[in-house]
Amino acid sequence: MLTPADVTALFLTLKLALVTTVILLVLGTPLAWWLARSRWRFKFLLEALIALPLVLPPTVLGFYLLLTLGPRGIVGNMMQAIGGEALAFTFTGLVVGSVIYSLPFVVQPLQDTFHNIGKRPLEVAATLRASPLDRFSTVVLPLAKGGFVTASMLGFAHTLGEFGVVLMLGGNIPGETQVLSIAIYSHVESLEYTQAHLLSAGLLLLSFVMMLTVYGLRARARVTHL
Amino acid sequence: MNLLSIKLPIRKGNFALSLELDLPLHGITAIFGPSGSGKTSLLRAIAGLDKYPGGYVKFAAQTWQDETVFTPVHKRQLGYVFQEDNLFSHLSVKENLRYGTRRAGTDTAVIDHIIIMLQLQNLLEHKPWQLSGGERQKVAIARALAIKPQLLLMDEPLAALDQTFKQEFLPALKNLVNELRLPLLYVSHASDEVAQLADNLVLIDKSGTASYGQLATMLTDPDLVLAHRQEAESIISAEVSAYDTEYAMLTLQFSGQKIFVSGKAMHAGTTVRLRILAQDISLTLSPQQGTSILNIFSVTIKEIFPFSAAQDTILLDLAGTPLLARITRKSKDLLGLKPDQNVFAQIKSVAIAQ
Repeated sequence: MLTPADVTALFLTLKLALVTTVILLVLGTPLAWWLARSRWRFKFLLEALIALPLVLPPTVLGFYLLLTLGPRGIVGNMMQAIGGEALAFTFTGLVVGSVIYSLPFVVQPLQDTFHNIGKRPLEVAATLRASPLDRFSTVVLPLAKGGFVTASMLGFAHTLGEFGVVLMLGGNIPGETQVLSIAIYSHVESLEYTQAHLLSAGLLLLSFVMMLTVYGLRARARVTHL
Repeated sequence: MNLLSIKLPIRKGNFALSLELDLPLHGITAIFGPSGSGKTSLLRAIAGLDKYPGGYVKFAAQTWQDETVFTPVHKRQLGYVFQEDNLFSHLSVKENLRYGTRRAGTDTAVIDHIIIMLQLQNLLEHKPWQLSGGERQKVAIARALAIKPQLLLMDEPLAALDQTFKQEFLPALKNLVNELRLPLLYVSHASDEVAQLADNLVLIDKSGTASYGQLATMLTDPDLVLAHRQEAESIISAEVSAYDTEYAMLTLQFSGQKIFVSGKAMHAGTTVRLRILAQDISLTLSPQQGTSILNIFSVTIKEIFPFSAAQDTILLDLAGTPLLARITRKSKDLLGLKPDQNVFAQIKSVAIAQ
């Protein structure tokens, strides 16, 4: 059965994915909104930057984050200067890494959703006396519901599977940075295949259920919008 | 009288339209012109949906736009109906209607009345995707009317709908707008819609110049493009005075004249609009005897202007009503027609546009 360490890793992973998803939704919504609406001609620069984690080896991202967030890095130095600690090898460091690593998985679906909603519903709402904030909360948010579910699921599931960034940036500290993917790796290294199976199958199932939700919703949306 | 005064330098890519207009705020004003002449841009600019600096929009005593002011759309007392995609897809018909009225604070009696007038009672619980195109536009129009705007703007609301629906719906729309005493600006590129609906007309031509006037005058003005179309027409506002059931024939009156039109029975006193195509009028020097044509009027020639190599258009005055006739140049020369001459107009066909 699951060892106490595995249970700790499981809860740490869920906590990391949850915190990361919430932060990404808070940061990603205005960013995606701006990207969907702006006509700035150099917008593509920002879009390319956001998409970078899709193709970049996670170890590369982890490596640079280690340098920046570590005791000798810029951010690490700043954190120490204000009386904190360097972020490398901490849970907070993992959150920072995960936010960057999963950014495109949240921003892109939201941007697509906002883009597809178009200007029209907002213009209609404006002619019906709705203020800008009112329009966003009563028109955009309900119309973008599917996009928010997709973005949350993708962000969450992608963070669950994070390995390279964690390994580089957080190492393997139980209760602090040892997430499921690292625990599985350790089990395999120690030839504990039963444990590795248990955790792997669990992750597989969870990820599959989330993807089912995303694509199930998408199929339903297609039917009702015919 | 209240005016909508606008001066808008509209620029879009290499398209430019510079307009300066003072429109009286009563009745239905059609904005008519060919596709791409900037009608929609003009309407959007009046509403504040697009911003073109360097002009002004003044609605009665309120300044909606000038050098220093730009009132956002949601603070302008207007209603707007787009050509399509008007309804919120996540809300039912009822919720769509209430979206506006809740924010505008309209009382429910008005909404109930509009729902009945436009026959939406059975659609209230439907979602927009369950409605036909015509029903969707009706709901959008009802929603715009229900917020009791001081000015209603419609951008080709019926352009995507079939002719049958239009013919049924236009009279209802006209009645409702008149009843609510709502000034309406109605963008259209369909001349039949304009002829049925409009009291006044803003005509935008390809070169980007706009002219404004009463519909009957504008339709027959030799200086405007309308009188030079193949389907040039005149309109007469007339009142039903009698109906002859044996012949299914209405008798109508206008400026002391009588005109006979075949059609369905109507209540005496009903005002209708008659449309007469220029090509359905022929001219004679003396009143014809023994002709099948019922409607013959004594008219005065005001102006003769060329239409094609073979035909001329003639502007006539029928007891104060302008009327266009189109005849061959050969007939004109044979009859020796010239301005200020008194002749007789024979009207072959009259259509009723209610």
